[in-house]
Amino acid sequence: MYQGNQTICFDNPPHILSHYAVVGKKEGEGPLRDLFDRIENDPYMGEDNWEKGESSFLKAAIEGALSKSETANADFIIAGDLLNQCTASGYGIRGMNCAFLGIYGACSTMAESLIVGSALVSGKSARRALCATSSHFCGAEKQFRLPLEYGGQRTPTAQWTVTGSGAVILGEDGGKVRITHATAGKITDMGVSDANNMGGAMAPAFIDTLEAHLAASGRSAGYYDAIFSGDLGFVGKDIAIELAHNDNIDLSRNYEDCGCLMFDSQTQDTHAGGSGCGCSASVLCSYILPRLESGKYKKVLFIATGALMSPVSSMQGESIPAIAHAVAFES
Amino acid sequence: MNKQQYDKVVKKHSPPSPTLTDTLKAFVVGGLICALGELLKTIYLPLFELEKNASALVSVTLVFAASLLTAVGVFDKIAKFAGAGTLVPITGFSNAMTSSAMEHKSEGAVLGVGAQMFAIAGPVISYGTISSIAAGLIYYFFLR
Repeated sequence: MYQGNQTICFDNPPHILSHYAVVGKKEGEGPLRDLFDRIENDPYMGEDNWEKGESSFLKAAIEGALSKSETANADFIIAGDLLNQCTASGYGIRGMNCAFLGIYGACSTMAESLIVGSALVSGKSARRALCATSSHFCGAEKQFRLPLEYGGQRTPTAQWTVTGSGAVILGEDGGKVRITHATAGKITDMGVSDANNMGGAMAPAFIDTLEAHLAASGRSAGYYDAIFSGDLGFVGKDIAIELAHNDNIDLSRNYEDCGCLMFDSQTQDTHAGGSGCGCSASVLCSYILPRLESGKYKKVLFIATGALMSPVSSMQGESIPAIAHAVAFES
Repeated sequence: MNKQQYDKVVKKHSPPSPTLTDTLKAFVVGGLICALGELLKTIYLPLFELEKNASALVSVTLVFAASLLTAVGVFDKIAKFAGAGTLVPITGFSNAMTSSAMEHKSEGAVLGVGAQMFAIAGPVISYGTISSIAAGLIYYFFLR
């Protein structure tokens, strides 16, 4: 049921049947190392280029989630990634013999796929929907920045794209955790054009979606045991807290950012934290959902953030449009 | 909040690059590379007689060394420390070519390596050629 303010309250809240996170070596050395389902040390995952490697990460996450839920297949796979034409998803899902809806929301893709999947399952258009996304440090650097071996210096506000993938299977009945609400974001652009400061570009989108969600649901930020942003990083997180404070929303107690959780910025040289579709997806599947299942959290708001620019738009001098999508979990 | 006000908020929370230490590191490493060039020239001069030949060989040696260090994955680690110190000398040009070529190897020898190796270094060649023509014309008409 539509609740106004971009927000859906699901009539039949979809259940999380299973979830799976696979990450690369650097992520596997970070603070969440013991929580991931699989750590893959080879960035190529046995393939001969990074693009195919990313497809293999996505495929591993999807197959892992299917195997954990003991189901042969989903009715729909909803997935996307950061590569041109979303080829990591297209090639990763090739051969799976399953209906596929490709989406692009940059790093907000995990939440976007969960919204589409929840709508399908809640509306009884699907029995099981598989929502997945991936990102790859090397592929993203090649696509958006400079060659891997190029000798340059990263700015303190730059973030580190996570190599990894997460997959979630939604069903009508089964798991303990349900998706009760979703809020789709509006495109927000506050004029930030520095592609090395994504947190700064995306923080206003996070606040915009958070406020829309709270207005539609009639809840306060304190209603949730935890609110997670996708990949604002340390810079964006600080900005978000200040913006929220200006609007009388208190994020000082229950707010965390997946990009800040992923790496130890002191020892892993990741500057402002993790980013990428795979960042929020793998933290959701390894950290957030297990905590909901164990009862440590009862109510969680997950808001994945995305920057919708391309290398071409950056070179043409455009600022960075940002988006954030919210999904509310309850157990 | 308008864009100007938001820009102030972003600046407040964004740590700046350590410009002073970066400049000092670039000065030292860049200077060392130039000193290495002078040393090579001193060695090459008695071997190859003409000063012109020795100077060209110094460039060739530095380009080769930077390219080799890029290929074995060491150059970017030095450059992370040195910044403009490795970027500005001819070593930076070599690294830009080699790293681009390596990056696009999976797209084939012609349109991958062949075309993409100029993706970053291309502007240096284009504008270098144009400015040398301009400098040549000024020399020819006014300074000769």
